[in-house]
Amino acid sequence: MRGILGKKLGMTSIFDENGKLIPCTVIEAGPCTVLQKRTKDQDGYEAVQLGFEERSEKNVNKPDMGLFKKYNMKPMRHLREFKGYKVAEMNSGDKVTVDIFEVGEKVTVSGTSKGKGFQGVMKRHGFGGVGGATHGQHNRLRAPGSIGSSSYPSRVFRGMRMAGRTGGERVTYKNLTVLRVIPESNILIIKGSVAGSKTGILEIYKQAK
Amino acid sequence: MNKIDLIEQSMMRTDMAEFQPGDVINVHVRVKEGNKERIQEYQGIVISIKGAGLRRTFTVRKISNGVGVERIFPIHSPSIAKVEKVRTGSVRRAKLFYLRTLAAKQVRAKTT
Repeated sequence: MRGILGKKLGMTSIFDENGKLIPCTVIEAGPCTVLQKRTKDQDGYEAVQLGFEERSEKNVNKPDMGLFKKYNMKPMRHLREFKGYKVAEMNSGDKVTVDIFEVGEKVTVSGTSKGKGFQGVMKRHGFGGVGGATHGQHNRLRAPGSIGSSSYPSRVFRGMRMAGRTGGERVTYKNLTVLRVIPESNILIIKGSVAGSKTGILEIYKQAK
Repeated sequence: MNKIDLIEQSMMRTDMAEFQPGDVINVHVRVKEGNKERIQEYQGIVISIKGAGLRRTFTVRKISNGVGVERIFPIHSPSIAKVEKVRTGSVRRAKLFYLRTLAAKQVRAKTT
């Protein structure tokens, strides 16, 4: 799908036309620069590689710098491929800005969620915990309970949900409504929350009509 | 100033009358009924102002048919047509929640 790279600035709330206060996420989306193009003949698929956020030349390693030099462009911090663009009509150096989105449109937003460290099953998988705190119950409140039977199968099934590292993974939110588009400052305001911390990098996709 | 503050600031209202806890105010609220819009008045005493920026709210308490009613309004809400100050109060606290336990006569004595 056609999309753009953005940076989460944080959350706030804005009033809608009915005077209701709506929670929303403010994203600095684009401007992105087209770097490489993938074509059917050369790569077997069509896509454009978009770069987001310029960075200083001294922080870029030589192999990466070679790529930016080849397209005669300032080095970019984030590179990501997006499908769905009319690749034949686009050239390296073209800008993709936030005005590909309209107010009221539904979008899909992907990002990396906040890392939460080693968490138990209640937070990680939404387990209910073990019963109540009374009736002789002791120190088992947030435990997972039984993880299997004994003689058959005499083992724990693969994929059994247990405690472990939580968060820090790719999360996609679908059908989020665009509330505002401010092209002058490259701001996109989306209803509700999206994954990740402030300054986290997001991919914002248009949905198929 | 960061960009979120700028966005919030662009939506804030500057036409709101100034008032403080203890003041009696008359709030003109826009009410939508179907396609029609009319103004509803709500008069009472301000017992609390809290929050900052766009999310600042004030609480107005009044006695309606012998029942205490409190409404919380966002200060910057577009559904408030206007706010009129009816009477300036004189109170020693920022939050007047103790008025809930007082009779009407005592409330008058405490806030004037």
